[in-house]
Amino acid sequence: MTAKIKEFPGISLSEQDFIDGKILYNFDKLNGQYAWDTGIGIGSYLASLKNGVILGSHCKTCRKVVVPPRIICEWCYRPMDEFVPLKDTGIVNTFSLCYVTWDMKRIKEPEIPAVINIDGASPLHGIMHMLGEVDPKEIKVGMRVQAVWKPADERQGSINDILYFKPIEEQSHDTPES
Amino acid sequence: MGMRKVAVVGAGMTKFVRRAQETAKELTWEAAHMALESCELTMDDIDGVCFGTAPDAFDGVHYNGEYVSDGAGAWRKPYMRSYVGGGTGVFVPIQGWYHIASGLFDVVMVVAEEKMSSYYPHAQAAFMTIFDHTTERPLKPNLLWIFAMEMNRYMTTYGISKADIAQVAVQHKRNAANHPCALLGDANITLDDVLKSEVLAWPVQRYDVSPVSDGAVAVILAAEHVAKRITDKPVWIEGVGWHLDTTFWTNRDLAYPRYVEYAARMAYDMAGITEPNKEIHIAEPYDPFDYKALHHLEGLLLADRGKAPELYSNGTASLTGNMPICPSGGLLGVGNPIAAAGLMKIAELFWQFRGEAGARQVPGRPRHGLAQAWGDLMQVGTVVIMGR
Amino acid sequence: MHERVAIVGIGCTGFRSITPEQSYKEMVYEAAMRAYNDAGVDPRRDVESFVTVAEDFHEGTSIFDEYTPDQLGGALKPVQTITGDGLHGIATAYMLIRTGQFDIVAVEGHSKASNIKTLPEVTAYAQDPILNRPLKLNSHFIAGMEMNRYLFESGSTPEHCAAVVVKNKFNALKNPFAPYGADITIDDVLSGPVLSWPLGVREAAEHADGAIVMVLASEDKASSLTDKPIWILGSGWCNDSPSLEYRDWAHAIYTAEAAQMAYRQAGINNPLEAIDIVEVDDIYAYKELQALEALGFCREGEAGILTVEGFTSPDSGLPVNVSGGSLGMGNLLDANGLARAYEIVLQLRGEAGPRQVEDVNIGLAQSWRGVPTTSGAVLILAN
Repeated sequence: MTAKIKEFPGISLSEQDFIDGKILYNFDKLNGQYAWDTGIGIGSYLASLKNGVILGSHCKTCRKVVVPPRIICEWCYRPMDEFVPLKDTGIVNTFSLCYVTWDMKRIKEPEIPAVINIDGASPLHGIMHMLGEVDPKEIKVGMRVQAVWKPADERQGSINDILYFKPIEEQSHDTPES
Repeated sequence: MGMRKVAVVGAGMTKFVRRAQETAKELTWEAAHMALESCELTMDDIDGVCFGTAPDAFDGVHYNGEYVSDGAGAWRKPYMRSYVGGGTGVFVPIQGWYHIASGLFDVVMVVAEEKMSSYYPHAQAAFMTIFDHTTERPLKPNLLWIFAMEMNRYMTTYGISKADIAQVAVQHKRNAANHPCALLGDANITLDDVLKSEVLAWPVQRYDVSPVSDGAVAVILAAEHVAKRITDKPVWIEGVGWHLDTTFWTNRDLAYPRYVEYAARMAYDMAGITEPNKEIHIAEPYDPFDYKALHHLEGLLLADRGKAPELYSNGTASLTGNMPICPSGGLLGVGNPIAAAGLMKIAELFWQFRGEAGARQVPGRPRHGLAQAWGDLMQVGTVVIMGR
Repeated sequence: MHERVAIVGIGCTGFRSITPEQSYKEMVYEAAMRAYNDAGVDPRRDVESFVTVAEDFHEGTSIFDEYTPDQLGGALKPVQTITGDGLHGIATAYMLIRTGQFDIVAVEGHSKASNIKTLPEVTAYAQDPILNRPLKLNSHFIAGMEMNRYLFESGSTPEHCAAVVVKNKFNALKNPFAPYGADITIDDVLSGPVLSWPLGVREAAEHADGAIVMVLASEDKASSLTDKPIWILGSGWCNDSPSLEYRDWAHAIYTAEAAQMAYRQAGINNPLEAIDIVEVDDIYAYKELQALEALGFCREGEAGILTVEGFTSPDSGLPVNVSGGSLGMGNLLDANGLARAYEIVLQLRGEAGPRQVEDVNIGLAQSWRGVPTTSGAVLILAN
């Protein structure tokens, strides 16, 4: 039908149209506040972070140790058998160097998000967090990293109780698989 | 199986623009109206309406599906809105399909619409709310992060270079120069243009990604006995599939989209396709980023893992190749109004199989085509197979 | 095509005003486990598709379908989200099974209203951003205006509406899942504060948290899974105008059309004769009266009279909202319809305990999506 139709609807506006006052608009903002019940799984995770420990959970049926912890194993669909404290070190599964903030402001020094496979959890099981104290050019998939925590009296039971992960000073392995 | 056959009998779409003057309801109406006109039907002929649109946060309206419903023709009609994130564009025709295949409806209007420009100052910021509110949002994540990280994992795992990936952006944007609704078509774009563009979130650069836009697409589905009365060239829905992976995306291997494979297998099974890379003649994988097209082609079993770039470098993917990929120009070329972009691929296959795609027409007599969309936290694959 | 579809398993967590010890995922898991046990299925092996009903702004998360699969047993399976009421979810599962591609499908809905700290603002965010929101009105105004016009055209009175509150809250006392049961009088209701005149505070259902999951199966599977399959005779749904400026304020036309669609499928010409028990929307008390008229159980203006005469009490001609309705069980956001259907299933199975109504064979559940929508659905079930 595209060959048969000559005109397609859709009137394009430009930023200038708005600046010139050619467009009438309405501005509104939602005051949306939520207090999400954390429950047992994530509640335990946060409480554990306050104590400087990354918590996982273990399913005896499929033998996975997962993080963040949950009360059921989604693969076996049965309750997890136990919570398991994990190490606060891990391997960089992947990362990015981001030069724009979440609301699209340009920044000079990149934010460095990463997925870090946590030691003690099953392979390819990790969390998203940030990398810090590292030269962006030096980061490699497979690099070993260590959590840097807030001082104990500043922790609140939040993912931000870990400030970031930094490289561990040792010979790193360049293998992409963890 | 005795399943009712369902066909696409009409289609319409608006231009995809960065910022439309039309409201969401108006964009929706334009597309729906055009689809009705294309097969000379009116809303009286429509038994039900299926609607898809991305998160309400972009439009700034709660219950957005209800709000836009009259634009889609849902006044005094059975109406439902479905969503599976970015996969919605190819899911909403699946929704239309099961409405008809269930025997409860004969003719259904399927519309997908997006008005992302309402979000101020930039729609990108709304994406922060897709992350887990407790374990991820406190890090102030940016949507670009997960794509960039997935792209990095994919490149590192298979040793794929930026140049391998950039050829996808080049081909799709060049194809889109022939699409009358395209926002980003460019007949002259080169590999260099892509590789020299501004770095947003390494390894993602500006021309690797399709920016948010406004637009709407509509198709009309009909049961077999009705389809044949409406048009002499119905395009059949031969297979559908969809799968949603676990929420815990950091507990998965990001190098391979297994949920796309599962969705594809479901669709291939239904369509009776056993050798997809031989039997699929036109592929429209979802390409909000250039690497995603490659990622998805592998998940769709149309290329071996890590080998999808070869489809582009050896000419298979070109318009005159054995399996043209994204003849529409894809999201990279036409634009990225989330849900509408997926449905645009369905409309493209519809026009291709009827020989109405103009300068984008794939030569020969293609028999089966595939449209795929993806969404959520690297989580959902939706696949539709169409054919003559 | 699988023509006949049955509900073979149901699970409910019960409802409370707050549920601080469970996250929504854990709450859904509890309901799901109960439903799967009831049906005798293993979701990882037997359930082929999953349907969730949810709205992003009720969860405080965009693209909420991301967070639905794991607690249902749907990880890496065909899962979809419908922005609708629980009855829209059941209609979807019904259609999926009828295509012949799926034999067993699960449906889920939940409410964590207690987690939405600014719920009135969120609800107001559904109003038209350009024409209505600048008036800065609490969304209850829409119900107030609708009630006003409904009373005007139907001749129903505020006492009739109050009688609905009295009946439903009293019924709820026998429902262990219902947090808002009470033994009150019409005067108690009418003497309460005004919410949005003529609507009173005591006529509006309070919110509650909880989750419901149901398992549907095709005829073949249903027969092997349970000896009490509850068959879907008809499923209908409809939308009217979303715009406040052009809608019929007195009549729930969307309910009437949804009902027609369902009655047609079920082959029902005379609802009052055919249907033994009914669960309808009563988020606001007047909605029950409006719904009963739209469903064709009586003429316009009669529902109120029938209510004060006791015709809709549990032991009378047409038991309505024996569960307590939303006034007794709570306004459960998108899960309201599932709660209505849940009671019908229990009643048809003979498992409603102290609430059991005798000789029920065909039941009807109806829901409305709440202000400012004109979206409703109807489900007809039989044992």
